[in-house]
Amino acid sequence: MNKSTTIDAAVHAVREHTVEIITNSGEGAQKCAQIFGQTCAKMGNGVWTVEIIPAEIEPPHHTVTSTSGNIIRFGTEKITNWGDQSKLAIAFNDQVCLSRHRLNSFDDNCIILQESAWAESEDEVIRKMYAEAMEEMSSKNYRFIQVPIEEETLKVVDNPQHGKNMFALGLLAEIYNRDLAIIEKQIAHIFQKKSAKVTELNVQLVKNGMQWARDNLDFRFNVETIPAEEKRVVMNGNQAAALGAVAAGMEMCSMYPITPATSVSHELAAIIENYGGIVHQAEDEIAAAGVALGASYGGKVALTVTSGPGMALKTEFLGLAIMTEIPLVVLDVQRGGPSTGLPTKVEQSDLLSSIYGQHGDAPRVVIAPRSIEECFHSMVTARRIAETFRCVVIVLTDANLATGVQQFTRPEFDIRWQQEPVDFSPVPEGLRPYDWDPETGLSRRIIPGTPGGAHTVTGLAHDELSNVSYEPESNERGCKMRSRKLAVFQSTLMPPDVTGDQEGDLLVVGWGSTQGAIEEAVDRARKEGHKVSTCQLTFMSPLEPGLKEIFSRFKKVMTVEINYSDTVGDPYITEETRRYGQLAWLLRAHTLVDIDCWTSCPGQPLRPNDIYNSIIAKSEKGASK
Amino acid sequence: MSSIPISLLELEDDASSCLVADDYQKKEGKWCAGCGDFGALNAVKRLLAKEQLKPEKMAFVSGIGCSSRFPHYVNAYGFHGIHGRALPIATGVKLARPDLDVFVVMGDGDCTSIGAGHWIHATRYNTNMTVLLLDNNIYGLTKNQTSPTTPQGYTSNTSPKGSVLPALDPLQATLGVSNASFVAQTADWVPAHLYATLQAAFDHKGFSFVRILQRCPKFTPDVFTENVKNPDLTELLVHEEGVNAPGLDKLFKAMREHDPKNIDEARALAQRKDLLRLGIFFKDSNLPVYDEIRAVPPVSPEEKVQRLEKEFDRYAV
Ligand SMILES: Cc1ncc(C[n+]2csc(CCOP(=O)(O)OP(=O)(O)O)c2C)c(N)n1
Ligand code: SF4
Ligand SMILES: [Mg+2]
Repeated sequence: MNKSTTIDAAVHAVREHTVEIITNSGEGAQKCAQIFGQTCAKMGNGVWTVEIIPAEIEPPHHTVTSTSGNIIRFGTEKITNWGDQSKLAIAFNDQVCLSRHRLNSFDDNCIILQESAWAESEDEVIRKMYAEAMEEMSSKNYRFIQVPIEEETLKVVDNPQHGKNMFALGLLAEIYNRDLAIIEKQIAHIFQKKSAKVTELNVQLVKNGMQWARDNLDFRFNVETIPAEEKRVVMNGNQAAALGAVAAGMEMCSMYPITPATSVSHELAAIIENYGGIVHQAEDEIAAAGVALGASYGGKVALTVTSGPGMALKTEFLGLAIMTEIPLVVLDVQRGGPSTGLPTKVEQSDLLSSIYGQHGDAPRVVIAPRSIEECFHSMVTARRIAETFRCVVIVLTDANLATGVQQFTRPEFDIRWQQEPVDFSPVPEGLRPYDWDPETGLSRRIIPGTPGGAHTVTGLAHDELSNVSYEPESNERGCKMRSRKLAVFQSTLMPPDVTGDQEGDLLVVGWGSTQGAIEEAVDRARKEGHKVSTCQLTFMSPLEPGLKEIFSRFKKVMTVEINYSDTVGDPYITEETRRYGQLAWLLRAHTLVDIDCWTSCPGQPLRPNDIYNSIIAKSEKGASK
Repeated sequence: MSSIPISLLELEDDASSCLVADDYQKKEGKWCAGCGDFGALNAVKRLLAKEQLKPEKMAFVSGIGCSSRFPHYVNAYGFHGIHGRALPIATGVKLARPDLDVFVVMGDGDCTSIGAGHWIHATRYNTNMTVLLLDNNIYGLTKNQTSPTTPQGYTSNTSPKGSVLPALDPLQATLGVSNASFVAQTADWVPAHLYATLQAAFDHKGFSFVRILQRCPKFTPDVFTENVKNPDLTELLVHEEGVNAPGLDKLFKAMREHDPKNIDEARALAQRKDLLRLGIFFKDSNLPVYDEIRAVPPVSPEEKVQRLEKEFDRYAV
């Protein structure tokens, strides 16, 4: 097998690197990336991985639409987002490679290790496609290295479809000097349900990949590793939210399948019964909300999980939950909209509909985790808020958090998170179902089964006794009390942190999942002398206190969002007609500050570099004014 | 449906704790005079008294409509929800609280139009609950619009020239759903039959669907008149496993032995429109019951935390 002697290789020390593994769907890129990412994490690198998912389940192979794969960004320090363009790629064919090129995913000097079989294919069509693809990609300075991935894989297994991924893993292991022992352990774990032979063959493929790299590649990258002192876990945001739900004592997850939220329920379906709960797959999202609401009314801690189109269907039920003051946690993993939109891709466009989506005045709490770790903790927080304030809590994550994989500090569980939500002590004589405290709007929740408490809750306007009431004062009082709870909740919040100087030229405001990318961009601009800071919101309704005061310390305030907004200067678009990004609308209304926005909705997470450019553009505009 | 057994001895010991039908009335019903919903309420109150159910151990769930005001008038926990969605709420309640007796009250628009999807699936889930469809063949609360069960040709505010389509038959529809376990029909103007049917529905473990033909003197005063006036147009389905109330044989001449286990005959009878048929069309107590299948043993908080630690080991770096 070792046909040549090992060649000399130059080792480049880098703080971080971004790698892509791009294949046809079904060629095992996920496994390769999962093991590589895990290995980096275990060795002490910060890691963020993202899946590249084709829109169809099994699109035709060897086409630009068949691309499936993973991006792995890893570095010496903590990694908080998917970063900028990739520096190295392994491509199983020219077409999937071309699709990434067209998305501008590769750095100008990207090293691309590409399957060598296609250039000399017997099939003329394939040869032609290959030549055209290479021609198109020649506009960049990529360094292509032809690798006989399939040929080498066939030396170990009969079906290269099940094996090329492990050979590729071997290439990466050698290039980045990864610990083979860790890789072997990962492989054994992944294939634990298969025979020992499977593990053995896969390990052999990795070793062959490493050997091929030693024999043929003249470069290596060294990303220094600093082993972590604290205990850590690594997972994606949907797994974190699912485990958060269990940790929060939720015993009913009622859902209807919808990307990118479904995997939360997959995760829960696999484990929740060990915790006394169930996943109920309802006939539609309306029913899913209804079952969760009914279960919560009955005294269980209940959750419904969905994405944009499902949120639209749940609308009426959320209004009912708010009106009857029955606690309910809703997890909305946002995707691109409107309508079916971009089912697998990220957007932050459910913000305003989550806050204002009901008819009537319908105050509710909306929180947005900013990292995968917060996806876990926000479920615990959501339950606490929902029960304390007898309200609806919407947790807004998105496709970026859902599929991004990152490590974080292993949570320490608190037994109080698991507490029963219900108090069955007999209802004292005279206590009413909505005995609103006139200061706070809070009242004791009376659950069926509680002696002396029998009453009928209703979505109609009602008084303290839960009697239907159309009296003018009664309706005003109900509205006031439901709204008051939000103000009381807001009084428990702290003003958000400002990262960077506490005053300056520009404040960049983001919310939810964009934290990592925004902070990275702002950090870079600050190092270059720009007076820019950032503030990442996590409570969206009610908003954290003190925003107006914080904004007043900056000459300009700009939101950064994965949303649409008009550009002044486009046909018909003026300062007057311009529609802002959703966060900008919200903050403008809330603070009366003239807040600008920079938004983008390409169906991809924001790149730090693009945010950086928007900051520089804004700073320069500011300076010239 | 599981009832809380109270032995006669206990009752004698503490006669004051014995509840009578009127103890289950919370507020005066606010339906129009002569509304068939009163009859249904009376029958339910009698049933609750007969079973001596504790007010705090029941949940009455409804949608929106005249009929859906029902929970407000019963001395029990109630959930007056949104139009068409009573069944998902009730499913959630029963899954969370199998110890509660769950009753659902819906109108024909509520159940067979806006809530039709839930109706089909709730039938298939076969969750243990007693379900009352108060069918007045019209939208009452919104004042006289055609419903799916409105007879063809019958005029309303939305069909001034008469309803253009044949009426949807809730019995046929329910009998067509896999895992349907209890389907019965009764009428508000035959109180003894109504009561006995509700009793049978309550006794059945599973989704007990009772269509109650309900008079609405306001908007459909004539849809049932013939049947009310002339008992000969009605045939009672009788069987030792069916509805058997004293005195009915004096009222109705037409009686048919129908074994509620016979689904084919049930479907055939539901399809025939020569006579109005009251009784249990179908009953099968051996079908999977959703709240039973999905029951999981409770886990202590301490145990949960231990299991969570193991869960996190899978993700440990
Ligand atoms: C989503 C929604 N759509 C429409 C309505 C208006 N609405 C209230 S009750 C009703 C129909 C009532 O008819 P039915 O269910 O037969 O009950 P009934 O009043 O006849 O007892 C309608 C359409 C509503 N409340 N909610
Ligand atoms: S409108 Fe008809 S259904 Fe409604 S309360 Fe009056 S009689 Fe009853
Ligand atoms: Mg009706």
